[in-house]
Amino acid sequence: MSTTTALTDPPSDLAPRIRSNDPDAHEVPNGREEEWRFTPIARIADFFEAQAWASIGAECGEGAEEFVSIREVDDPSGASAASAVEQAAGWQATDRPSAVARSNAAQVVAVSIPAEREVADVIVVDLQAGGEANYARIEIEAGPFSKATVVLRHDMTADANGVIVTNVSDQANLTVLNMYDGPRMSRHAWQWAATVGRDATFLGLTITLGGSFVRLVPSVRYAGPGGSGEMLGAFLATDGQFQEFRLLVDHNEPHCTSNVVFKGALAGSDTHTVWIGDVLVRREAVGIETYEMNRNLLLEDGPRADSVPNLELETGDVVGAGHASATGRFDDEQLFYLQSRGIPEALARQLVVRGFFVDVLDKVADETLRADVLRRIEERIGMEALEVSA
Amino acid sequence: MSTLEIKDLHASVVTDAGETPILKGVDLTVESGKIQAVMGPNGSGKSTLAYVIAGHPKYQVTSGSITLDGQDVLEMSVDERARAGLFLAMQYPVEIPGVSVSNFLRTSATAVRGEAPKLRTWIKEVKDSMADLQMDAAFAERNVNEGFSGGEKKRHEILQLSLLKPKIAILDETDSGLDVDALRVVSEGVNKVKADTDSGILLITHYTRILRYIKPDVVNVFAGGRIVETGGPELAEALESEGYERYTAKV
Repeated sequence: MSTTTALTDPPSDLAPRIRSNDPDAHEVPNGREEEWRFTPIARIADFFEAQAWASIGAECGEGAEEFVSIREVDDPSGASAASAVEQAAGWQATDRPSAVARSNAAQVVAVSIPAEREVADVIVVDLQAGGEANYARIEIEAGPFSKATVVLRHDMTADANGVIVTNVSDQANLTVLNMYDGPRMSRHAWQWAATVGRDATFLGLTITLGGSFVRLVPSVRYAGPGGSGEMLGAFLATDGQFQEFRLLVDHNEPHCTSNVVFKGALAGSDTHTVWIGDVLVRREAVGIETYEMNRNLLLEDGPRADSVPNLELETGDVVGAGHASATGRFDDEQLFYLQSRGIPEALARQLVVRGFFVDVLDKVADETLRADVLRRIEERIGMEALEVSA
Repeated sequence: MSTLEIKDLHASVVTDAGETPILKGVDLTVESGKIQAVMGPNGSGKSTLAYVIAGHPKYQVTSGSITLDGQDVLEMSVDERARAGLFLAMQYPVEIPGVSVSNFLRTSATAVRGEAPKLRTWIKEVKDSMADLQMDAAFAERNVNEGFSGGEKKRHEILQLSLLKPKIAILDETDSGLDVDALRVVSEGVNKVKADTDSGILLITHYTRILRYIKPDVVNVFAGGRIVETGGPELAEALESEGYERYTAKV
């Protein structure tokens, strides 16, 4: 596996050109734009225009009711005024589908952690499709000094075009596990924006196993100095699945840190994944530290993995800035080594794939949750659960 | 009492460029409690012999046989061979990112023994074996072979040997790259396994140095893909003073 760790020539400004919740403010993509050039846009052509689609609702696990609510939107048709969370996060749609979703979703799934509240139990939110195709607005707000872990389980039985707006208030600590697991027929285009407050900590982890088409646009920006933002991902694409992760970390405040790690395993000849990691360090963002990395493991010959890190530095006054990207084939020597110790081939493969994902999954502090994610990944590789734990 | 019997073994390496014959009629028998040394110059095919016995997919057996107590080894998959009682200590052990030594050891012991070792006795077993090999306990939490020094890799191989207790162990250049202290520790580890379990050992080496610590019953000289001379420990002494020129010239 070859590794590159280097700064590239600064590309043009990585920040979105247009920020508006009005769909018509954004041109309909034709596939030649930088941000759409890897996407088979014909497969989501209907995502670019307003449709008579249903809206995503939610059910939540026991004990989570007090944090989760559904809010009806009075006038979903127009580009209505920003909600409190959108305002706090400073969020507006940055592309056509997210603007369409923003102005057509009839309800908002809202998760709110009150100030200074530390929630020990994981807050599980099961998103529920209202029809075969859906618009979605999710808002997650962590009040100042609060601490919580939220799991968003997407409904993979139906198409969804949605936005997740996350606001992490000053000194709050929020972990969000964003889980796309389930049937492999539906199409998903999501924008996920996180704003990290002063001295706040945000960890967003996306697990992508299901869906035929998943395009996720995660972004992190800061609302004060001292914030820590992490966007991690583990994805498994097989049998012709398309998965795209287009990240932007916008270092717009001094003395913040960011960390992006996405790891993917691929199989199947028509399978295609895309990872774009844009990091913009603005002139005012002195003393920041940023790192981004994408690793792809090809389980067999055939799948295509595109991986493009972009780092744009407007100040040289940083603690650290680096990126790495590598795509490598499954190493048969590893398999031989494990098998030569009596370990059957299926279990040996599972150990190697599990090992590949381990540094991402280790970030999930909750043990039950981590075990659940691991089990889902292993099930998708089609192997029985490991008999032996670490 | 176990016997690994290799008869008229021919094998080729398979590459994109085609097949290249490497083993050209190897006859060798390794028995429990006995140490067979196989010595030879670079490129003689002695490491290939080790890989072929273990079943590496890169090599293809074109004729001949390998049996373990009468069972056809060539019919077995790589993991079946290990479970049947064969073990290969590799010259270049492979890194497995994200898999801890402790998880790896327990998984392989479970596979080879047919059941998971009882946790309490297992922990003691691992601890004692690691202490014998002068390995720090923190070693178990590291990822398999990742960032290991040459000496650490070899100790880790012998640690596996002592835990898996094979009927027949093949040590492929276990001595290469080791300083004298590490060589002594590793050799003591091998001798202890042999004393405790009566394993038969096929010791493959380029140098005679390791034979001061691990005493062979039989010394075989390997050149041109087969054994060209067999003798007692005195043959190793002759090699030490004369080198391999005599054999390489003959091929």
